[in-house]
Amino acid sequence: MHKRSKILELDEVVVKFAGDSGDGMQLTGTLFSDAAVKAGNDLATFPDFPAEIRAPHNTIAGVSGFQVHIGKHRILTTGDSCDVLVAMNPASLKANIQWVKPGAMIIVDADAFEEKAFTIAGYKDNPLDNGSLDSFQLIKASISTMTAEAVSELNVERKVADKTRNMFALGMMLFIFNRPLEPTIEYLHRKFEKNATMYEANKLVLQAGYGYADTLEVSRSIYMVSPANIEKGKYRTIMGNTATAWGLLAASERSGRPLFLGSYPITPATEIMVELAKHKSLGVKVLQAEDEIAGICSAIGASFAGSLAVTTTSGPGLSLKSEAIGLAVMTELPLVIIDVQRAGPSTGMPTKSEQSDLYQALFGRNGECPLVVMAASSPADCFYAAYEAAKIAMEHMTPVILLSDGYIGNGSQLFKIPKVAELAEIRPPLAKANDPNYKPYLRDPETLVRQWALPGTEGLRHRVGGLEKQNVEGNVSTNPANHQNMVDLRAAKIQKVADFIDEQTVLGEKDGDLLVVSWGGTHGAITSAVTALQGKGAKICLAHFKHIMPLPKNTEDLFKAFKRIVVCELNSGQFVNYLRMTLPGFKYHQINKVQGLPFMVSELVEKFNLLLENQ
Amino acid sequence: MTHHHFIANFTVARSEEPLNKEDFMSGEMVRWCPGCGSHAILNSVEQVFPRIGYKKENFMIVSGIGCSSRFPYYVNTYGFHGIHGRASAIATGVKLANPHLSVWIATGDGDSMAIGGNHFIHLIRRNVDVNLLLFNNQIYGLTKGQYSPTSPMGTVTKTSPQGTIEHPFNPGELVIGSQGTFFARVADSNQKMMTDVMFEAARHDGTSVIEILQNCIIFADKSFAGVTDKDVRDNRQLHLVHGQPMLFGKNKENGIRLNGTRLEVVTIGQNGVPLEDILVHDQYRADPGIHLMLAKMAPPLYPIALGVIRSASFSTYDDQVEEQVRIGKATGKYRNVDDLLNSGDVFDVK
Ligand code: SF4
Repeated sequence: MHKRSKILELDEVVVKFAGDSGDGMQLTGTLFSDAAVKAGNDLATFPDFPAEIRAPHNTIAGVSGFQVHIGKHRILTTGDSCDVLVAMNPASLKANIQWVKPGAMIIVDADAFEEKAFTIAGYKDNPLDNGSLDSFQLIKASISTMTAEAVSELNVERKVADKTRNMFALGMMLFIFNRPLEPTIEYLHRKFEKNATMYEANKLVLQAGYGYADTLEVSRSIYMVSPANIEKGKYRTIMGNTATAWGLLAASERSGRPLFLGSYPITPATEIMVELAKHKSLGVKVLQAEDEIAGICSAIGASFAGSLAVTTTSGPGLSLKSEAIGLAVMTELPLVIIDVQRAGPSTGMPTKSEQSDLYQALFGRNGECPLVVMAASSPADCFYAAYEAAKIAMEHMTPVILLSDGYIGNGSQLFKIPKVAELAEIRPPLAKANDPNYKPYLRDPETLVRQWALPGTEGLRHRVGGLEKQNVEGNVSTNPANHQNMVDLRAAKIQKVADFIDEQTVLGEKDGDLLVVSWGGTHGAITSAVTALQGKGAKICLAHFKHIMPLPKNTEDLFKAFKRIVVCELNSGQFVNYLRMTLPGFKYHQINKVQGLPFMVSELVEKFNLLLENQ
Repeated sequence: MTHHHFIANFTVARSEEPLNKEDFMSGEMVRWCPGCGSHAILNSVEQVFPRIGYKKENFMIVSGIGCSSRFPYYVNTYGFHGIHGRASAIATGVKLANPHLSVWIATGDGDSMAIGGNHFIHLIRRNVDVNLLLFNNQIYGLTKGQYSPTSPMGTVTKTSPQGTIEHPFNPGELVIGSQGTFFARVADSNQKMMTDVMFEAARHDGTSVIEILQNCIIFADKSFAGVTDKDVRDNRQLHLVHGQPMLFGKNKENGIRLNGTRLEVVTIGQNGVPLEDILVHDQYRADPGIHLMLAKMAPPLYPIALGVIRSASFSTYDDQVEEQVRIGKATGKYRNVDDLLNSGDVFDVK
């Protein structure tokens, strides 16, 4: 046994596991993350799936990755670039090398770097031997060979043995990060409860990887990431899409309105439907509809009948739903529309994230068609954003579009577990049976909200639909003055939501040189960049928006206190133009990126610095 | 009826007091053209709802867009006037959210066979327990006279000045091809049959489609005259009655016989054909073979089949949803959302 000679204390580490899509990298990354969570680190993770389900073996297109950022302080992003890369084949090295920090550790399965494989990956010669990786701490481990040796006593086929290679890599990483093996072994025990051989094989390989790392010169320095100083309480990790589903379930329970989801599978939103379909025990009804339109239309029907109705989708699906969203606006029914955005237009880049559906959410319908638009800012925030979207939809009898994105939807984070009873109350405006004063479009003077009269209730029979209605009475009407009035009322009703939402907060002082404005899934990167500069004494602050339509009431006052405003978003400037239109009294700078990639903290810091310098 | 099992777990509450037609009249001005076949359909619905006997507030009518789809405004029930083609999808949501409602869809050939074709076939395939009134007038009325997916080949309209060059859908064929469990066809001119068939549709568990040959007096007048005119209808209409031989003609002298794998028209007594050779209508049989042949029959070779063509018993989508929720609640791990939030890998930070 070698002595562990050196322990390197790190504040944070970014690790990426990458391999061919069949190499089990998602599981490896997840288990490594679980070990970090158990050791008390904060973290953020992001799976980087290939677009194809099974791309050809050893190609760049087939690379599957899992990035995890762990730290002893609050972790808000999955990290710009990595400190450790585990690459199971040449393609995964090639695809990820640009995101590896100089001097970082790279662990490869040297056995996988055969000529055929590195040629397919696009290398002319073997990158392990040509000196191109000299600036890194390269560990060339014969993972395939050692895996086969580790399981030799079990007499399993080579193909089966190869399936456990990921455990070798994981074992190495657990040693290097000074984590115990036991929780992973327990996991394997549960997973292979019915397959003793596979359990044995995985366990032996895991242990072999751990033991092998111990013999390595280079890994005699152990990385230590101390527990993060996080608020007391019960925690779990949660994926954004799961958090969205759970937020909806909580809103259903709290409001007493049964949850109905009408949806059609679409990347990267499908997991919300998959998650909700599991929870029949909580009374959820899920219709996998024949198309996007049926998804939303069934939800509108369910809403009329008294459900907390939801439809989930991504950009192209939102386009298909546009006409039906107008119907929900016209009938003034509660409806939650969740758009987990991806890179567009058209089919675009389904597995890549973007914030380019904001215009569509705000304006993408015929007629004067206002509704509430919100955005979730992190995987954990998806829970609260979905809850609030459902609350607003029901209490204000309106469709709400909640914008999430592929980055936070598939990413995961630590989540402090709330108690449902402690979440804000939800009081849907249900009409009472046989109310002699009931009229379909009679409005609450304070909120302009009409009542929700559920079919099956005695004495409230009424008809609604997409045709313009006489205010109060609800009869079909083409009266010009009434139409003007209804258009104005629908707009005012949405503006009134601003009376019921939180004021916009600012990270930092109430005034300063530069106010960074952002919204949605960029929260982590932008917060990290702003806090880094604040730490250096810059007078920079951040207003990160969750409410877009309507804007929080204090937005204008808040903007006034800053010398400069810069709006950062992953599109060509949709929020900034909306602000120019809504609050025209300011000069807005903008930082935009439309590459299907999140902002990097370093690029933001650089750009903020320029704005701070050139006052 | 012994053939017909009621498998629904979720029934609609019945009215304690007897209801009548007036209970379902909304008082809204009816805006269909005078002489339009839709008036008769409205009249039948207002008659059949009290006869069905559910509580007034448990009826719900959903429609799409088109002349037919003004329907919900004219009946005093809960009503939802949707968007073009989507009535079936909206109604699916209504029924799943509240299986205790009697849900009716008013739609047309354009609404359900063209723009809403996808929702129409999937509603039927799932066998959601709703009743769909298909106002088939073989024309787009509300947009003033363009051909529809059921216009016969060669129909001259504003958008087909040289005649259509498309094969029309036969709604019955589409319903049965979509695994339909109930299909009936009626003419707007036969109020009694229409009301009876609606009553049967309400009793059927699953998607009940009633194709109503509805005359559009303005843009496609007399489209169905070839089967509905007084002087031809006896020989061109076969009125199906479950358990009865398929006879037609002024004195019921003609019948339908199965010859090999095909239906044929025969005259009783001619060529030694006895009454026993005539097919006896079994609307409840699971196998749709004969039902499909009946739905496809058309002049000049055959009479057109009217009445309930198919009424087969299969589990409904909405019942199965309820059943899965019931099983979920009985066996699921989580009683509430707090249980779910605290499930799996949870740890304390102290
Ligand atoms: S246009 Fe035709 S279908 Fe429409 S209301 Fe007039 S007659 Fe009836």
